[in-house]
Amino acid sequence: MAGLSDFVLPITLVGILGYGIFKGVDVFGEFLTGAKEGLTTVVNIVPAIIALMTCVGMFKASGALDGIVWLFSPVAAALQLPQEVVPLAILRPISGSGALVIYNDILATHGPDSFIGRVASVIEGSSETTFYTIAVYYGAVKVSKTRYTLSASLSADLVGFVMSAFMVRMIFGF
Amino acid sequence: MMKWIFFGLCAISLLFGAGLGRMGEVSSAVITSGGEAIQLGLTLAGAICLWSGVMRVASQAKLTEQISRLFSPFIRLLFKGLSPKSEAAQAICLNISANLLGLGNAATPLGIAAMSKLSELNGHSDTASDHMCMFVVLNTASLQIIPTTIALLRANAGSASPMEIMPASWAASSASILTGILMVKLLSSLRGRKGSLLYGRA
Repeated sequence: MAGLSDFVLPITLVGILGYGIFKGVDVFGEFLTGAKEGLTTVVNIVPAIIALMTCVGMFKASGALDGIVWLFSPVAAALQLPQEVVPLAILRPISGSGALVIYNDILATHGPDSFIGRVASVIEGSSETTFYTIAVYYGAVKVSKTRYTLSASLSADLVGFVMSAFMVRMIFGF
Repeated sequence: MMKWIFFGLCAISLLFGAGLGRMGEVSSAVITSGGEAIQLGLTLAGAICLWSGVMRVASQAKLTEQISRLFSPFIRLLFKGLSPKSEAAQAICLNISANLLGLGNAATPLGIAAMSKLSELNGHSDTASDHMCMFVVLNTASLQIIPTTIALLRANAGSASPMEIMPASWAASSASILTGILMVKLLSSLRGRKGSLLYGRA
């Protein structure tokens, strides 16, 4: 599987560029336009990362993060989740940049190829910023009564988190 | 929401740091975190620009439209009663294929377009329709096939195989999406019955 997964990015790149040329697209010019839009995205997220890196960094240094992990460890144990990913699971639906900061910190602390690092990667890769999405989409059409949207989304997130740990155990045999 | 998280995390850190005698560590976190954030931003910048460029090529080549054609039978199943030829259904298909490709910048405007079409069908009510709930729940689940940002951060942290988590990620996403769909179907039929009871009484 490891060998096969190394093909994914190069094939995607060549496939999309090749399809673009086949369709008569100026692939280099369009790439440059898109990459420039990417820079705007980066400029937009960096201030949020600075804010969150600072408050998450303080939270971790003060020992409060250990407190949260300890507080939720029975829940994590019941769901078969490693307790170190609990802060990520809590922040993931609320803040995309916050989750990114915590995720990067987990990789630095536990290593990307550890059980914890892999579970955190799968959680980060298989979920979205639920609250933000709901706010943007319903806000755009002025819907205030969202009915069961939040409960359905959050149960989907929870099942995703539990499945993340389960799948890492299945595939990597921890 | 975010202002309370920002302030709350800082204030709680102050209390814990003072209580546990770890103010030295807390203080140095304040000093160094900004720089670390810029470093993380720089790490992300290259990959974000690269994939924004590639995905711009994909959308100019109308790849999103091609993929969205594959998805229309699936959409028909999830959005019962919505004509597959309607503008709403087309916007939904485009949004979902943009999400699959990881085209975050394109997916959001397409999604908002789909929401406003669904809102038209719903008489611009301030209460979400079942179709709207289904659509938003699909968007709160991750549909991205290739997690480029995660692969980058894993590689950066020294992973031997940054992409190896992909199959696990697909399985977890699928379970999550399936749960979302089932919850929407279940909750909409429950509320639907309650609604018809009320109408019956009136």
